[in-house]
Amino acid sequence: MSTVPRDARAVVIGCGIVGNSLAYHLAREGWRDLVLIDKGPLPNPGGSTGHASNFIFLVDHSKEMTQLTLESTRQYEELGVFTECGGIEVARTEERLEELRRRMASAKAWGVEPVSLVTPAEIKELVPYIDESILLGGFHTPGVGVVDSLRAGTLMREWAVESGALQVSANTEVTGIDVEGGRVRRVHTSRGTVEAETVVIACGVWSPVLARMAGAFVPLTPAVHQMIDVGPVPRFEQSSKAIEYPIVRDMDVFMYERQDGTSLEIGSYAHRTILHDPEEIPSIEEAASSPTELPFTQADFDPQMQDALDLMPEIVGDESVGVKYAINGLISLTPDGMPLLGETPEVKGLWSAAAVWVKEGPGVGKSLAEWMVHGESHIDLHSSDISRFHAHQQTRAHVRARTTEAFPKTYGIIHPAEQWASDRNLRLSPMHARHEALGAVFYEAAGWERPQWFESNAPLVEQYGVEAREAEWDARWWSPIVNAEHLAMRDNAGLFDLSAFAIFDVQGAGALDALQRSVLAQVDVAVGRVIYTPVLSPGGGFRSDLTIMRLAEDRFRVVTGGAHGMADRKLFSDNLPADGSASLVDVTTAWTTIGLWGPRARDILGSVTSDDVSHDGFPFAACRTLELGSQLVLASRISYVGDLGWELYVPIEQGARLWDVLWEAGQPHGLTACGIGVYGTTGRLEKCYRAYGAELESEYTVVEAGMARPTVKEQDFVGKDAHLRHRDEEPAALLCTLTIDDHTSASGVKRYPLGREPITLPDGSPLTDAKGRRSYATSAGAAPSVGKHVLMAYLPPEQAVVGERLAVEYMCERYPVTVEVVGATPLFDPENARIRAADPVPA
Amino acid sequence: MKILVCGKRVPMTGGRIVLTEDEQAIETRHLGFTISPHEECGVEEAVRLVEQHGGESVVLTLGPPEAEEQLRDQMALGVDRAIHLVTGGEEWDPQATAAAIVDAIRADEAASGPFDLVVFGNESADSGGYQVGIRVAHALGRPAVTGLKGVAVEDGRVRCEQEVAGGRDVYVVPLPAVVTVKEGLNLPRYPSVPGRMRAKQKPVAATTPDRPQARLRLVRLAVPAGQGKQAEVLGRGPEAAPAVVEVLRGIGVVA
Amino acid sequence: MILVLVEHEGGATTELTSQALAFGRSLAGDEPVDCVACIAPSQEIATDELGPGTLHLAEHDAYASLAPDAVAATVAGVVERTGARAVVAPGSDTGNDVLARVAARLDQPLASNCVAATAGEPARVTRTRWGGSLLEEAELDGAPLLLTVQPHAVAADVAGAPVAGVERFTPVLADADLAVRVADRVEAAGSGIALADANVVVSGGRGVGSTEGFAIIEELAGLLGAAVGCSRAVTMAGWRPHTDQVGQTGTKIAPELYIPCGISGATQHMAGCKGAKRILAIVDDAEAPILAGADYAVIGDLHEIVPAISAELRKARGS
Repeated sequence: MSTVPRDARAVVIGCGIVGNSLAYHLAREGWRDLVLIDKGPLPNPGGSTGHASNFIFLVDHSKEMTQLTLESTRQYEELGVFTECGGIEVARTEERLEELRRRMASAKAWGVEPVSLVTPAEIKELVPYIDESILLGGFHTPGVGVVDSLRAGTLMREWAVESGALQVSANTEVTGIDVEGGRVRRVHTSRGTVEAETVVIACGVWSPVLARMAGAFVPLTPAVHQMIDVGPVPRFEQSSKAIEYPIVRDMDVFMYERQDGTSLEIGSYAHRTILHDPEEIPSIEEAASSPTELPFTQADFDPQMQDALDLMPEIVGDESVGVKYAINGLISLTPDGMPLLGETPEVKGLWSAAAVWVKEGPGVGKSLAEWMVHGESHIDLHSSDISRFHAHQQTRAHVRARTTEAFPKTYGIIHPAEQWASDRNLRLSPMHARHEALGAVFYEAAGWERPQWFESNAPLVEQYGVEAREAEWDARWWSPIVNAEHLAMRDNAGLFDLSAFAIFDVQGAGALDALQRSVLAQVDVAVGRVIYTPVLSPGGGFRSDLTIMRLAEDRFRVVTGGAHGMADRKLFSDNLPADGSASLVDVTTAWTTIGLWGPRARDILGSVTSDDVSHDGFPFAACRTLELGSQLVLASRISYVGDLGWELYVPIEQGARLWDVLWEAGQPHGLTACGIGVYGTTGRLEKCYRAYGAELESEYTVVEAGMARPTVKEQDFVGKDAHLRHRDEEPAALLCTLTIDDHTSASGVKRYPLGREPITLPDGSPLTDAKGRRSYATSAGAAPSVGKHVLMAYLPPEQAVVGERLAVEYMCERYPVTVEVVGATPLFDPENARIRAADPVPA
Repeated sequence: MKILVCGKRVPMTGGRIVLTEDEQAIETRHLGFTISPHEECGVEEAVRLVEQHGGESVVLTLGPPEAEEQLRDQMALGVDRAIHLVTGGEEWDPQATAAAIVDAIRADEAASGPFDLVVFGNESADSGGYQVGIRVAHALGRPAVTGLKGVAVEDGRVRCEQEVAGGRDVYVVPLPAVVTVKEGLNLPRYPSVPGRMRAKQKPVAATTPDRPQARLRLVRLAVPAGQGKQAEVLGRGPEAAPAVVEVLRGIGVVA
Repeated sequence: MILVLVEHEGGATTELTSQALAFGRSLAGDEPVDCVACIAPSQEIATDELGPGTLHLAEHDAYASLAPDAVAATVAGVVERTGARAVVAPGSDTGNDVLARVAARLDQPLASNCVAATAGEPARVTRTRWGGSLLEEAELDGAPLLLTVQPHAVAADVAGAPVAGVERFTPVLADADLAVRVADRVEAAGSGIALADANVVVSGGRGVGSTEGFAIIEELAGLLGAAVGCSRAVTMAGWRPHTDQVGQTGTKIAPELYIPCGISGATQHMAGCKGAKRILAIVDDAEAPILAGADYAVIGDLHEIVPAISAELRKARGS
């Protein structure tokens, strides 16, 4: 029996499309001494790649997924294993037709062309065996195709072997992964032990088991996707190719149908969620076919037969066409539906490349290889970063709850603001009972229940004359109360629960240097100062943005958003000095945060403390501890809503008391409880504050975002070289703020874009910058104080001109927009008079 | 014609059979189920005979509630209705099985006329007892012909072909009769989707027979020793050809 | 007394009968072992190895046309007359058929395809399941015990002696016992080498890929004077006739050498090739289950390997 090499630069476990592709791209990036192993045989080791339906639809509402898919398609074509056949997503309902219009927008935003909406008659011409009478229309993507993923994997693997960079060991089971000092050291296999400081788990549905060997988590679950194959189909018997007709996705019944040689393959996501345990997947010998092709459970498929028959009666209704093959294929599902990529936060050197489907495989392989070799990838992978999960999100129960909820929505119509129903009420702020009493409508962030708005504020809607949204889609997961709370805050003051912040203390003699290395802004400020700073990738793109309070010479408090908090924690942890002179302590659940902002904020705070909160006594960007009765409160005078006020930090058990004290003191001043709708959308948008994951991504630079400061600090930091270079270049795009001039649709209904829609020339032509990036609305929402609906978008320099007339495309209609601001100048209160307000508060 | 086919729910095994902890059964957690291959050909033959001669085909099984899946599978292929003798999933020995089937046949025949032909597989894939069909025939006083690879009905008789060395033995027996068939009798069809949908609506008559004391009792199962010997790998790819020929010489199959 | 059912061809007892005799003798211990055989009046049977017990030799015209019910009636009659404690038959198609008929007549349990048995109350037997892929230990109540013997599971006993005596008789048969009998014999048209008797068998599995793909299998078989076989997947796909199928539900083979090509080794297949003396597997998966039953293996693509072996054989022949 052959043995694995003694040492390796990197060990990739798993010979599916992902592992093969990753090994190939690592070799292309110049890494040598790579080892690729799989417990199964080659070329089909028995994982999900082996039974994949292998078709690729190009358009997804997620930019990240679309980019990975487009890159994968490019590679499949290059390898000669891509067959273009076109694909049509068909609509049986009006609601779906609207969703397909949204698909059109996403296609234009991400640059997928050509695409078109087609009529039932046009569908019939493309797919002559369909019953178009039950359809209302379709979304046609001619560039859809099928691939031979096993062949692609083989070609990539063989290339890497021939280049001398890779050794492959099939039929080799991993029996253990050693971790020493928090770093992966070696992999034990049935064919010996290989020493390696980089190990990648690309094991699909088995990945959680492998990760557990090293004490890490890959939070996915194997789940069943049913597929049957019927044939021989008389119409297909003359086909010269494996596929001649477009693939049909019957979205409303969660099924797809595609030609496969002389057969028709029918896949379904319509059945109940059937989850399996990764530990319980049968071995190759035990399995009747392959370990990930489980016995078909006919009863689960029964209701789908009628749907398939209705759509394709000519084939499915043909008595001579038999069900030749039927499986419950295993696929990987994750709690939020996104892949699991990157270095695990638990173990240095242990990477995950899991929960990746065939359509993203080669793109993931390339991007992850770039990330491993260069520290970042061309495609921003933050939504797929495995370090995004909070502890509770890694539990089996959470994974099962969320995937059980999400599976029926595989082909569902998902609203951008849609909330999860399962596994809620896990992280409750100390003020939760107060919020419930105020009729809070809770949205979830990082497991925390956060009030999005308060129903008790409903009377403010009339008071401020806030208009409702006419279209149900625009109004879904939204309330005019948000805008009303906003206006009340601007008039008087608002009280916000910010418990979902992630908070880390970085301390020790080396803390300053560690933070200097990590962030763009100068961290060496006076004790008692707060800074806001972007965090850059090595290439000078955005990796995060957050605030840092200097609490002492050697102690800093990093505060960041909950959703991205865990990734930030890993980022800062990774930059800690090796000599132990600085440490990071996660104090997220030790502190709770309440925001108090608005022109009356100083009056309210001043009424409950004897400490000096005057402008001179407590200037903007200062932080210090105040005494509020018997409570010691760390106050920080900054604002993400652009108004006078403070973030107030107290030990979490005192949060309710602080809320009560402020609430009571605020009543004479018109204090209003405000939800995250104000904090995250309206407040920031009219102030043109950027948000990570929306405007701020690694694909854009600080200069493009309009956030370059006059000088760059002397100290070295991640991304500095690139940032300096960007400052010398003409930016390819500039982040602008636009307002909608007319909301009226063709049908007379006023429409409000929700974000991610394409920004075009008035005639609908897409805008593409010099780096090939499309212009799209990075964020969208109300600016109640200026009475407009605003969009942010990166525009090419020619269009990034104040007063420029453009259009936003929403549901296949164009609405005129005007560029209001180029750069970071706020739309509302451009002088920042409010936030920097001296005494007395301006009227 | 009225034809009954009897089938047994058995797991579809892979390359290695794994036993349950108590060694009383096969571990079927990861396995699908079917009826024995011989019986699949029996069903196909029954459906063809009814297509040819008219009449009705019925499928019968003795097995756990889940065996209804197999009954529906067979009805999807064209069988008209099903009889389910529901058990608690425990092993029934061949005598008990035959007795329950005889009772069921008598009951059905009393209600809707005699079966011209009762079809069994030559032996079940799992226990391989080679006897239930013969016991049923004996109890009913009907002729039984076993191991058939050819069945034709003509003039109230059934012509049966049994494969033997050098050819086929032909038996001709009068109806009603019992036959046991082997795979190779025909190539069974796949179910169509309309067939599957119709199968959901077809009647299954379920009864729960009493299980008599078994006279052949399973004590434990075991995987035979000798599995897992390691083959000597002569080489990889076409380069191994000379080594292969060397081995062939050693065995004496090549001069 | 233990009674063994004798099968014979052209006057000689069959190999499986010798195995059944060996099995019967080991079950008998000190008890006598008698034999029962049914012959047509025109037939004779060699008796030198059926002893040392008595041979109960039934003569009747019906036996010329097999008439399994007639044989069963005869055996049941002998059991009744002699009080045999057990009846052992070869695990052939006819052995299993006849003993099942005996069991039905006597309303006694039958354990088919046994590999071991111990007398007692109840008797203990070890029998095969899944075509030999599993063993079952079972308890058997029966008077007499009715057992058939799994082919090739016990060594044929060559220590037999001439019979002590031959009791010839002509059984009285009911009409019903004569209803099932061979009416005609159709000779096989095929000219190939019969799979069951072949000295060498070359089989193709799913890995061969198509009907046409069997050309290289046939070529190799031709060079080796071998029969061509296939797996169940192949017959189900319609690439080869069922008569070529090696397996639990196909033909069970016992060649000197078996060469499965592109066959992973599902239990269904292994049940059909257990009798092979040696197995040389050509398979692309180094972990395929078939390797657990094979003596030699070549790992790789059969489409390359099989023609290479054929070429090598031609070369060897030419030199």
